[in-house]
Amino acid sequence: MSQRIPVKELTDSFRGRAVGALVDDQLRTNFRVAMDSLMQKRADAFPDEEEREGLRELGNHIKARALSQLPDLLEQLEAKLTENGIKVHWAETTEEANRIVHSIIEAKKGSQVVKGKSMVSEEMEMNDYLAERNIECLESDMGEYIVQLDGEKPSHIIMPAIHKNRFQVSKLFHDKLGVDETEDVNELIQIGRRTLRQKFLEADVGVSGVNFAIAETGTLLLVENEGNGRMSTTAPPVHIAVTGIEKVVENLRDVVPLLSLLTRSALGQPITTYVNMISGPRKPDELDGPEEVHLVLLDNGRSGAFADAQLRQTLNCIRCGACMNHCPVYTRVGGHTYGEVYPGPIGKIITPHMVGLHKVPDHPSASSLCGACGEVCPVKIPIPEMLQRLRQENVKSPAEQPKVKDGGAKYSRKERAIWRFWARLNTSPVFYRLFLWGATRFGKLAPKNVGPWTENHSAPVPARRSLHDLAKAHLNQGDQR
Amino acid sequence: MSARRNILNKLRAGLAGTTPRPDDFDEGLVTRPWQYAPEDRITRLRSLMEAVHTEIHQLTCAEWPAKVQELLEHRGLKNLLYAPGTDHGQTLSEHWQQSNAAPELLAYDRPIEEWKEELFWQVDASVTGTVGGIAATGSLVLWPDRHEPRLMSLLPPLHIALLKASEVEDNLYGMMQKQNWSAGLPTNLLLVSGPSKTADIEQVLAYGAHGPKELVVLILEDA
Ligand code: SF4
Repeated sequence: MSQRIPVKELTDSFRGRAVGALVDDQLRTNFRVAMDSLMQKRADAFPDEEEREGLRELGNHIKARALSQLPDLLEQLEAKLTENGIKVHWAETTEEANRIVHSIIEAKKGSQVVKGKSMVSEEMEMNDYLAERNIECLESDMGEYIVQLDGEKPSHIIMPAIHKNRFQVSKLFHDKLGVDETEDVNELIQIGRRTLRQKFLEADVGVSGVNFAIAETGTLLLVENEGNGRMSTTAPPVHIAVTGIEKVVENLRDVVPLLSLLTRSALGQPITTYVNMISGPRKPDELDGPEEVHLVLLDNGRSGAFADAQLRQTLNCIRCGACMNHCPVYTRVGGHTYGEVYPGPIGKIITPHMVGLHKVPDHPSASSLCGACGEVCPVKIPIPEMLQRLRQENVKSPAEQPKVKDGGAKYSRKERAIWRFWARLNTSPVFYRLFLWGATRFGKLAPKNVGPWTENHSAPVPARRSLHDLAKAHLNQGDQR
Repeated sequence: MSARRNILNKLRAGLAGTTPRPDDFDEGLVTRPWQYAPEDRITRLRSLMEAVHTEIHQLTCAEWPAKVQELLEHRGLKNLLYAPGTDHGQTLSEHWQQSNAAPELLAYDRPIEEWKEELFWQVDASVTGTVGGIAATGSLVLWPDRHEPRLMSLLPPLHIALLKASEVEDNLYGMMQKQNWSAGLPTNLLLVSGPSKTADIEQVLAYGAHGPKELVVLILEDA
């Protein structure tokens, strides 16, 4: 089991993947059904609009306050955790984070790792990194486990296997685990339970993410429903938590509203089954729990987003997934179309900072700017505003020094020249009239091929008479009456 | 160490010339919507927990050990993990001796390494205490310690939790303040709001994902 698990390559562009997803009826049904139900659950969980809006405002203020003193809070967190016996590591890149994780495992001569759900470890592609070094890294969240077993990546940050239905899972278990096929979801889950329990028992190291890191008390807070997070952080002798540097909050009380916003926005639950607050390794007189606890703080482009006061708001995100649940684009193209770790609206605004705009040039524009994401975001990130800003950064010329990693990916001299011409045309009356005169008479000569537009539409042909002309004629008629 | 320095430097550069935002935490937003008359607290907790498949019984302090025995015998379970170093553990073992209860009592009295395999596969049920409950979200607060280790509430398929009726608070914020959590937390503080569950396949709810398949809460009225 320790050989590298091949992950299906997602090589072509967003556009290409979107076309493929749009014609996949099964996929579209799976997403439509799931997103409709998640939206309904969230709505039901916030019956009182005033309460909801007050809480969102508070959530926004808490995150903004934390970010406004982020370096100090990180230092405080580190000091507190250290005092509690948790070892803190810092990593600028995913490569560095992987190396840290690997060296901790190596020091313990570990060969088996179980992992609770962690999107940061997905950023790191930790499973592959460890597999290449002969360490088995097994996902233990049911959804993640299914996805890993099929050599795929998660398609949703909260519900990783949402793109699959029970028949697909049944077939997968049958093929990979040799069990009988069953359409009973309960039975499928029990198969997962039995298989993974043995893994929890054997694991040398447990890896998890973190939902909130509390500076005041030096506590790592994790939410979950399954118990795999508690297993991963409690049963193996070593626990390694990996998290982004933006997850720190100032006080313990700050997590009260954030927790409520998170679980209600994500799943419509008043709270998750487990809220797991870890403030230290096993004490000498305790009978279980890991003897070592580590926290790896990962930057991976976050400090780049942080550098700009507007883009910094991206780091408010508490990874609830509500923005994707409400996104008309995500619902239709599914999570894999985004081709990166974080799909949907949050993926569109965070990924450019991690991998650079040149790798995801279509991300900022793959949106209708309908605004649903910004409206539901529990920490009030103005996502459409962020998208517009990224669109600007995306077309900046090198001389304009784009603020986002590898910005200017879509900069084109030709396009820029056309816009300059357009601006000139519309600001100079003489030039405008001249152009109008020509367009109404020689409209037939207009280009038949205007980029992507004519792929799905007929080419525009200028009218024989301009609106100005028609209006003038109309008014004259009125005068004569 | 250079990663640490680089990250902090970059962040500091981004904040140059700014001051931290004021702390305008309004506790009313997390308390006012979640207040209940004393007699309604238990009702609320019950209905929320029952909605997620928790079995709940309200009884007196004297009755609970017999109830535990009944719960086990009714299910035909063969053993019960308990914490001998706690008061409720003592009470339980006394009852077990007097009543000649059939299920075997397993004391969690040695490090997990000595019996990991058995704990993972052989234990049918456990009984633990709680330090309170939260009405707003239907949650139990578990404060594991050396007497009552954390895996007790996770590994066995049936977890029985004792909750004193007098220790149910309105909301999480109130609980934190009352027990002064920020002054010192245990290695692992837990909120438990039902049996383990998952909706990862087609969003169909299934219980007993990795933790207990069943959670039974015994609410002790006169404590
Ligand atoms: S951006 Fe907002 S809505 Fe989207 S995952 Fe983050 S917190 Fe949730």
